[in-house]
Amino acid sequence: MFELPPLSGAVGATVESGAKLTPSIRRPIEPVGKFFLHHAQRTLRNHTWSEFEKIEAEKNVQNVEQSNVDPDELLFDTELADESLLTHDARDWKTADLYAAMGLSKLRYRATNQQIIKAHRKQVLKYHPDKTSASGASLDQDGFFKIIQKAYETLTDSNKRPQYDSCDFEADVAPPKKGTNYDFFEAWAPVFESEARFSKKKDVPTLGDMNTSKEDVEKFYSFWHRFDSWRTFEFLDEEVPDDSSNRDHKRYIERKNKAARDKKKTADNARLVKLVERAMNEDPRIKQFKEEEKKEKERKKWEREAGARAEAEAKAKAEAEAKAKAEADAAQAASAKVDKKKAKEAAKAAKKKNKRSIRNAPKDADYFGDADKSTTIEEQTGLIVDSLDDEQLVDVAEKIKSDTAAAKNILSDAAKALTDAGKLPAAIVSYYL
Amino acid sequence: MSGPIIGIAFGNTSSSIAYVNPKNDVDVIANPDGERSIPSVLSYVGEDEYHGGQALQQLVRNPKNTIINFRDFIGLPFSECDASRCATGAPVIEIDGKAGFVVNRGDGVEEKLTVDEVVSRHLKNLKLAAEDYIGQTISKAVLTVPTNFTDVQKDALKKAAANVELEIVYFINEPSSALLAHVEEFPLDRDQNVVVADFGGVRSDAAVIAIRNGIFTLLATEHDSKLGGDNLDAALIDFFADDFEKKNKSNPKKNARSLAKLKANAQLTKKTLSNVTTATISIDSLADGFDYHSSINRMRYELVANKVISQFTAFIEKVIKKADLDTLDIDSVLLVGGTAFTPKLATNLEFIFPESVEIWSPLSKNASNNPNELAASGAATQAQLLSAYDADELAQSLEPIIINTPHLSKHIGLVDANGDFVPVLLAETSYPVKKSITLKKAVGDFTVAVYEGEHHIKESVLEPAPKEEKPAKTEDDEDDESDWSDEDDEPEVIREKHYQLGNKLMELGVKDVKGLELIFNVDKEGVLRVAARDLKTNNVVKGEL
Repeated sequence: MFELPPLSGAVGATVESGAKLTPSIRRPIEPVGKFFLHHAQRTLRNHTWSEFEKIEAEKNVQNVEQSNVDPDELLFDTELADESLLTHDARDWKTADLYAAMGLSKLRYRATNQQIIKAHRKQVLKYHPDKTSASGASLDQDGFFKIIQKAYETLTDSNKRPQYDSCDFEADVAPPKKGTNYDFFEAWAPVFESEARFSKKKDVPTLGDMNTSKEDVEKFYSFWHRFDSWRTFEFLDEEVPDDSSNRDHKRYIERKNKAARDKKKTADNARLVKLVERAMNEDPRIKQFKEEEKKEKERKKWEREAGARAEAEAKAKAEAEAKAKAEADAAQAASAKVDKKKAKEAAKAAKKKNKRSIRNAPKDADYFGDADKSTTIEEQTGLIVDSLDDEQLVDVAEKIKSDTAAAKNILSDAAKALTDAGKLPAAIVSYYL
Repeated sequence: MSGPIIGIAFGNTSSSIAYVNPKNDVDVIANPDGERSIPSVLSYVGEDEYHGGQALQQLVRNPKNTIINFRDFIGLPFSECDASRCATGAPVIEIDGKAGFVVNRGDGVEEKLTVDEVVSRHLKNLKLAAEDYIGQTISKAVLTVPTNFTDVQKDALKKAAANVELEIVYFINEPSSALLAHVEEFPLDRDQNVVVADFGGVRSDAAVIAIRNGIFTLLATEHDSKLGGDNLDAALIDFFADDFEKKNKSNPKKNARSLAKLKANAQLTKKTLSNVTTATISIDSLADGFDYHSSINRMRYELVANKVISQFTAFIEKVIKKADLDTLDIDSVLLVGGTAFTPKLATNLEFIFPESVEIWSPLSKNASNNPNELAASGAATQAQLLSAYDADELAQSLEPIIINTPHLSKHIGLVDANGDFVPVLLAETSYPVKKSITLKKAVGDFTVAVYEGEHHIKESVLEPAPKEEKPAKTEDDEDDESDWSDEDDEPEVIREKHYQLGNKLMELGVKDVKGLELIFNVDKEGVLRVAARDLKTNNVVKGEL
């Protein structure tokens, strides 16, 4: 790059007056390449440079987002999780964090074999003594590389990996401290998740959340109470001397290892039991379920008591109802009596009315033209009326009412019927016969 | 689902097809015979049609029904067609005023094919090969054409392609296409003048292209329809024929069949010699029942072909002269086409150009190993770029208002601390243009003086360093080898490019800057704006002409 001359004139822009660019030449440009298309786009859409640059920048951002990276690569550590590993004694490799050495400190027991192979390749490329010696380190400083190789050996061995995972305390998630303020589910879910890796059974129930059903919660705790762990502590064994010279010592070490292993296993089991116990005690759902149970009980008790009460109530109600009914019956009977009386009276009145209308019928018909015999007619009519029973009375009255002109015939018929029935001697009603 | 737009480089001798695969790499497509450079040959044996390499083999046995070198005839009246280039294949005849061929389809049936029909069939075969390879139907293509193809010829090509359901969405000049493919793979860090020299089988094309901010401008083009790889073959054939005659007293050139055999094998030998230093040729029963077997090394080949190769270099010099430029104005030379494989071509060019010029040939590590695939790759790259635009926009983008842009006739630049001119926008930059340079190390107060500039070639003669007085020596030292080597040393002429300040345009003064960005902007009216921006404080000083 070149250097600019120092400031000689004024600060700011001075344009030479009258200065002009030499006239341009018009030539066709080749319509190829993205730069031409950009030029065409700018010209066609009348974009300014800055507008265009903004649009392009947005496009680029999208492109970068869409570009695909190996998803595994994102899970690997970008740099060494623990710098002290670089100076770790390779002979003491068992105490080193092998996952961190492989760049798998985020994945740990979750790492698949494929990922371990990939991660190993990556670490070897970076820490191979040939590579590090190029940047100044001596070829003997390959301790970390040896650890990487040991880690690879251990983690790709289907026997050794569970042993290492058992003792990978880095992957253990500590339960929340007692007495601190924490969200139960947030704090405990990772604890159980990390413990679940030791389960012999495959489908480990998850902790769930506040809405998990009571059944599932009970399943969860009963699973953890009966947890079957494959965790072993062989990895922490003291090295068994491989010489046959001192067999007794060898056996002694072996016995000691076994005892230590068993002890650790028992302690681990006890630890888990305690852990589950504590979680259960703290579980807000268990508390909630207990409370619900209590409420339910109270409710049931209330219900039971309420049953007896309802019985008494029902009885009282029935009694009251019976009483009311009796009263109502009495009242009804009384009113019926009155009604009957009224009906009787009405009937009487009707009868009277009928009798009167019949008695008056001859008069209304001008005594059928025999006005001179009016007394006889009236007298005999009176006799007929008195002799007629209730039904006949109504019948005759109706007939007369509908046909006043035929009153004589009607009365004659009635007199005839009466005499025929022997109720009246024919002599008495001679006029009508 | 319709497939991607493919790029087709359609040559007289061979054609290539390419497309940009879903991984965004350019794939040059091989036909079912595995040829990535597919001979543009059609051959008919009875009912059967052969295409590509299979057809090329028919040239020995069945030359009358094998159609070669037909590309240039499309759209031309018969009188303008050069019938001699088809001498070894099916003869050219006149059909309706156009070029055509007559082939025998068995049982005495003769088929008359116009050149349009031949092109259609060739393109159809290419299309089928691409569909086989990609696994999708192909309906659109970008086609490369020589810079001197007329619109009539392009229309004829378009029609011929439409007959086989192939839409040519864009024509792209061969040199631009090749250069595009090159810069896609090897991006440039500065503006350059490039000579693109395309040496094909039967013709050569060269173009001087100015690359300014990624935009190409053709400064000059040159064509030679008599110069190509076939001339190299001819030189080799002469050499082998003489050798054969010496051994067997029989001239294979007198017999058309022998000549065809010799040509096919000489071509193979030529290709082998591009990769290794020794090659053999062996032909059973070349002429009069004599077998021929011989070997040739590269040195001998280069001597034999020296005359032709110097024609190639002369051709390149010619186009530079036509563009009114000096070899010093050229920054690089891009060799394209099958003949570019010849190593001697590149080494010869290194002699005529100054050291600063980069020769992009298969020998260079900054260039493609397959110069014969560049044109197709460029077309494919263009095809992929085009797929983001719709047809309307593409048609509009070819309007003269966009294509015909004004170009700066002089450099625009700055004066540096030594008072020398530093060009920023080179001459031949098309505008509107925007270019920024960042000077991170500029801290303090500065003057930014903007000038127009010119350059000229300065020749200076470098006197040979005066010979050291040799200390007296004993007699046996006298015929020291260094003695005679210095004797006839010619004075060395050094030619250099010098910039000269022209008109002063403006001056910007900036104070207390910590890092400076200079933005040069010429808008479409030709107004120059220069802005100096302090990288730290974002303070801007602007000047407008």
